[in-house]
Amino acid sequence: MSTPVPRLALAGIGKAYPSVVANADIDLAVMPGEVHALLGENGAGKSTLMKIVYGVVQPDAGEIRWEGEPTVIATPADARRLGIGMVFQHFSLFETLTVAENVAIGLDEHASPRALAPRIVAVSHRYGLDVDPARPVYSLSVGERQRVEIVRALLGRPKLLILDEPTSVLTPQAAEALFVVLRQLSEEGVSILYISHKLEEIRALAARATVLRGGRVVATVDPRAESPAALARHMIGRELPPPVARAPHPVGPVRLAAAGLTLEPETPHGTRLEDVSFELRAGEILGIAGVSGNGQSELLAAISGERQAPSPAMLLLDGEPAGALGAGARRKHGLAYVPERRLGHATVPEMSLAENTLLTAHRRGLVQGGLVRRDAARQRAAETMKAFDVRAGGVNAAAESLSGGNLQKFVVGREVALAPKVLVVAQPTWGVDVGATAFIRAELVRLRDAGAAVLVVSEDLDELLEVSDRIAVLYRGRLTPPVDAAAHDAESIGLLMGGAHASA
Amino acid sequence: MLRLELRPAPSAAASLATPLVAIALTLVSGAILFAALGRDPAEGFRAFFVEPSSSAYGLAELMLKAGPLMLIGTGLAIGYRANVWNIGAEGQLVLGAIAGTGVALAFDESDSLLVLPGMFLAGALAGAAWAAIPAWLRTRFNANEILTSLMLVYIAQLLLSWLVHGPWRDPQGFNFPQSKLFAEAALLAPWFEGLRVTNAFLIAIAGVAIGWLVIERSFLGFRLRVSGEAPDAARYAGFDAKRAVWVGMLAGGLAAGIAGVAEVAGPVGQLTPNVSPGYGFAAIIAAFVGRLRPIGIVFASLLIALLYLGGESAQIALNLPAAITGVFQGMLLIYLLAADVLIRYRVRFGHRRARA
Repeated sequence: MSTPVPRLALAGIGKAYPSVVANADIDLAVMPGEVHALLGENGAGKSTLMKIVYGVVQPDAGEIRWEGEPTVIATPADARRLGIGMVFQHFSLFETLTVAENVAIGLDEHASPRALAPRIVAVSHRYGLDVDPARPVYSLSVGERQRVEIVRALLGRPKLLILDEPTSVLTPQAAEALFVVLRQLSEEGVSILYISHKLEEIRALAARATVLRGGRVVATVDPRAESPAALARHMIGRELPPPVARAPHPVGPVRLAAAGLTLEPETPHGTRLEDVSFELRAGEILGIAGVSGNGQSELLAAISGERQAPSPAMLLLDGEPAGALGAGARRKHGLAYVPERRLGHATVPEMSLAENTLLTAHRRGLVQGGLVRRDAARQRAAETMKAFDVRAGGVNAAAESLSGGNLQKFVVGREVALAPKVLVVAQPTWGVDVGATAFIRAELVRLRDAGAAVLVVSEDLDELLEVSDRIAVLYRGRLTPPVDAAAHDAESIGLLMGGAHASA
Repeated sequence: MLRLELRPAPSAAASLATPLVAIALTLVSGAILFAALGRDPAEGFRAFFVEPSSSAYGLAELMLKAGPLMLIGTGLAIGYRANVWNIGAEGQLVLGAIAGTGVALAFDESDSLLVLPGMFLAGALAGAAWAAIPAWLRTRFNANEILTSLMLVYIAQLLLSWLVHGPWRDPQGFNFPQSKLFAEAALLAPWFEGLRVTNAFLIAIAGVAIGWLVIERSFLGFRLRVSGEAPDAARYAGFDAKRAVWVGMLAGGLAAGIAGVAEVAGPVGQLTPNVSPGYGFAAIIAAFVGRLRPIGIVFASLLIALLYLGGESAQIALNLPAAITGVFQGMLLIYLLAADVLIRYRVRFGHRRARA
């Protein structure tokens, strides 16, 4: 036998956008049955490369060979015809439709949802992907929705399955279950391209990994033969920053408390908060873990004042009932907030950094006689940028022109500069590069050491274990009693995230 | 092959250039239109743009017409910046004219210096009150202010029609549907004998200046812009969305009401069924062509005023129908809206690999 032909081979692939070169001269080969990891930081070009393979984006240069034949993949339908399936990071499901209806829409063949139902059941049994074709999608958890996406991709009998950061929405246990499915597919000869920046995962799953940095391939390695530190060095080009040093710290009075907070969802498929109670003290970080969609957005809106609680006493700021106050009034009481969505929520995309400073710092002498003190706003923005190492074209740069990491540093810096008594942070390092992640986590701990009360809502368990003093889990709108972070690991908190009862 | 490619960020230069592109396209289309009607395009342009602006009378008329446009356009821009779409300035102008007339008729015998200020005050309040109706409907029932403000225009015009045909009809007016001519104390005196431009132009300039301060420099304007550009960010910062609707609607109503009084107390001198030649709608075009910035709106208003005058002059010189003014205004707005795609996209020539 001659040498086996790679199922997919990319040679010299390049793609440039007006402001950035997303991919340059990329070579990559995936053998039949191989689990191949694509590793890289946010912005390294992983998603662009996968969009090229799936026919969403056309390359400017290079060649794609499919089973040895040079191929042009002009559309996702072309890709599916070849046998390429893709599970996107952000799901493309209609919430009001059933599982079978969603699958029917996503398939190229014209099949009725009813005819598909037995096939969905067959595939889900074969791989242990438990989905009920008759259930409407809005009633499914995030993990279940991902299963629907995978089943939909598998119904096309793919020879290559691409998964884009599939575990970012899963509990550790659900991730492990996914790995079992992926290994089974690999044994059946399906090639898998697995995109991630989580080193442990890749070491557990893949025999080969291509590492991207700045749109180029910097290494192709066997991840099992490399230490996580070595992989990280490839990925970020330098040493991984050490975890944040966090010494035990005496706590002060209760700054923020929820007492039986109950809130109806704003949208039909939102989550109802039920009887949520916690106390957050000065000088501590309380982490709220949980897979998104379990009431995080409702809880954050209720705490920040973007929504009001049904009764004022359900939320206490410094012991005073605050549930009826608006967001502005709560800020006057020393609350600051870093929401999850940086553009359009934490900042106005088209406005400059100076103007975006004004957004929350207008009470700090930036307004006089109803007029904006523009010099003062620019100066304050410049100070924030300096203190938080925000790299941008200056204080007049539009918020949308910043990279995710830099914009997040700006937003966190802006809120920290308010010297808040209570800081609420959602997904502090979501989509942020490794360097900025370490910096932001260190700032949160510094603020806590300075006596602020910090609430961190995050899907990233490792992050919560690194920064938090105590961790509670939000599951289906209910909050478990907080546990001591030092006494737990990702495994035991992960069980709570999946709905197991608190055991500690 | 022509392709549109998304720009990495909206282009500030394109946002300033597209009004000029729109003007150029309007002129080209105008030339084609003139030719199609069997007129010499050069002569058409001379009648349209050169004649009206080459005499003292023409320039005075230009200011007379540009004044209300820039005043109303600036007022509307305050709302548009906050995503509050007041399309009913025409009705608010009519209400201002009605209220001003009410004061003028009530103090017909008076020669007090307070009559005119009283008229302007009443007109401003009436315009604002008319704009308050869609504001209330939007904040209370979430009714779309585009529809409600527009429909209120027709109600205002019918109210005006009823007044001049009924209770306010001039008994000595040979049955024409119009009010009495205002007394001296209720009229704005022209700056020069024979020209019609009055202090109303200064009021308009002052209004634009105040609008500039609000939009470009004030914290209120900042909050409105945040509400318009990123409602979630406004909610995050604690800026009241309902207040933005109120301020945005009332600013336009106030400006239109004042402009309405300036019409009845100025060039018209009485209340007539056609007190406005469509200023309330044309001001919407002025606001957009001016990029919702007061300085741009001043220039856009002068241009649209020129279109009004040019339309009249073209009617006389070239025997063209009166609709020509509306045609040019419409082309200007359509071309601007179309050209605005260039702010977010750039045009590329030549193809990409064919798509299946």
